[in-house]
Amino acid sequence: MINIKGVNKTFVLGDSVVHALNDVSLDIEQGEYLSVMGPSGSGKSTLLNMLGLLDRPDNGQYLLNGIDTFSLDENERARVRRQEIGFVFQSYHLINRLTAWENVEMPMMLSGVAPRERKPKVENILEKLGLARRGHHLPNQLSGGERQRVAIGRSIIMEPSILLADEPTGNLDSKSGMEVTEILEGLNRDGLTLLVVTHDNVMGDRAQRHVRMRDGAIESDHRHDETGREHAAG
Amino acid sequence: MRPVDLVKFTFLALRRQRFRSLMLLVAVGLGVSSVVVLTALGEGARLYVLGEFANLGKDTVIMLPGRKETSGGMPPMTGTAARPLTLHDADVLARTVPGVTQVAPMVMGNGPVSFKSRERDSIVIGTTGAFFTMRFMEIGQGSNFPEMGVDEGRPVAIIGQKLKQELFGSTRAVGQWIRLRDYRYRVIGVLAGTGDSFGLDLSEAIFIPVASAQTVFNIHGLLRIMLKVGEHYSVEDVKSRVERRMTELHDGDLDVTVISPDAMLSTFDDIISVMTLGVGGIAGISLLVAGILVMNVTLMSVKQRTAEIGLLKAIGAPAAQVRLLFLSEAILISIAGALAGIVAGALLVYTGRQLAPDVPFTTPAWALLASLVLAIGTALLFAWLPAQQAAEMEPVDALGRK
Repeated sequence: MINIKGVNKTFVLGDSVVHALNDVSLDIEQGEYLSVMGPSGSGKSTLLNMLGLLDRPDNGQYLLNGIDTFSLDENERARVRRQEIGFVFQSYHLINRLTAWENVEMPMMLSGVAPRERKPKVENILEKLGLARRGHHLPNQLSGGERQRVAIGRSIIMEPSILLADEPTGNLDSKSGMEVTEILEGLNRDGLTLLVVTHDNVMGDRAQRHVRMRDGAIESDHRHDETGREHAAG
Repeated sequence: MRPVDLVKFTFLALRRQRFRSLMLLVAVGLGVSSVVVLTALGEGARLYVLGEFANLGKDTVIMLPGRKETSGGMPPMTGTAARPLTLHDADVLARTVPGVTQVAPMVMGNGPVSFKSRERDSIVIGTTGAFFTMRFMEIGQGSNFPEMGVDEGRPVAIIGQKLKQELFGSTRAVGQWIRLRDYRYRVIGVLAGTGDSFGLDLSEAIFIPVASAQTVFNIHGLLRIMLKVGEHYSVEDVKSRVERRMTELHDGDLDVTVISPDAMLSTFDDIISVMTLGVGGIAGISLLVAGILVMNVTLMSVKQRTAEIGLLKAIGAPAAQVRLLFLSEAILISIAGALAGIVAGALLVYTGRQLAPDVPFTTPAWALLASLVLAIGTALLFAWLPAQQAAEMEPVDALGRK
């Protein structure tokens, strides 16, 4: 459950002030699948960073599963990120000196989970993502699609409630892009809230809910029902 | 995070920058090994001097001819005084100064010593029987000089172990007649063991009564007089009494120098200890320089791995953990460097001991500990700033930067 209300974020770029988020309000139910689309600079990445507690808005309200995130200090925000949020980035952000296995394992390693408990989980996730045989490969020995799958494995190992994906297929060819999309959608069907920021209309249209942004504000917000008709959300 | 995981993660990060890590390790290692080696030199010198003085004993004072007018300087070891020390002086001191129990006047020279067809050039020391007791030298075979007046010459000699071997081999020396220049002496004793004294190997020497030596070398003065202080007398008191008596004997001039080995020893000990500390300190500066290198390398590492820091933050690593990750790299490398430095230093010290067996080169424990603490401490101190920078980065900024 995500509730944001009246959120603003401004950047100062040289002499000009950029309004990256302009009075944005948005409610997301647990298990929803929504895409955020819009031209470059429309504020969609800023929205994602803010939802992922990577960035702080200037004002407004943000409740994440009932937690008022404004009152949290940086350590508590780190804890919430660890427990509630998974990130998938366009450029994967894998650590090159670690194997696929170790990259997936890393969040558990950082939070001090015993190796005995980590092993079956990592094994299970790699199996599920079709990477069972690639565990001991380094990122530069993997294809783009495989790398993104490793990144997805890493994002879900702590069993978050929300997965935030920033252009997850942006660096991939259409075939592996589709594989990654299907994996993300599969996770959503298992109950994970999925928010995808994308330029790709094909991918964006697959979501049940489409949010369009322009100049830091939400331009439109539509839900697709079973019949394919659109109607306003919220 | 578990310590094992931390070490593994850190090790992988260091291995990724092999050359840089190696150079850093060498820098820390050089610093530590220079502390190890330089303090070992100082400590070796200290122990060497201490050992030399230990041969003299605490209850002995030494009187040398001549006087240094300036205070605080080294006493003249080879004095050329206007008025020499004489056997008469020694005799008077022995008889009249309370607290002086034994005197050993000394004359020294070189001469060819021969037995049958074998001849050796050796050190000749003219002295009395008291010399051996004062220097803790044992007579292995035969006996000491017989009781006789200080100014009495007799054709008897005591020889060192090495000289005995060279002249007599395994045959018996005691009772044989040997020749020194134009004089013949009967060997009455052979010293046990070897004895190094201030670079002089006394096991190669021949000892004859002091009056005989004066005749052999045709001299009147003495090199020095060793005086033994009685058990219940203070060394300093006896020293000043000897000085007063000598002033009387030499018509009101104090033209001798009386030194107590104990006082000299503690002076030497102080001087060399301070020197060792100073030299160790200079070596310590190189560790500080290594520390600055650690800071640079960590700074570079933080800059290069900004995206990784962003990722760590995104997956929920708190600031303290990010800081710990970067600090561990600096600490791990400095521990490795310090250990390498200690091993390298110990090898050098060992080599030094093989080359100069007389000097007991040893790194003092405090230096070893200090270099370790300094190496790890400076690494921690200097890595703190860049590590803190990493810890304080805003996740969104860090992720965005490539």
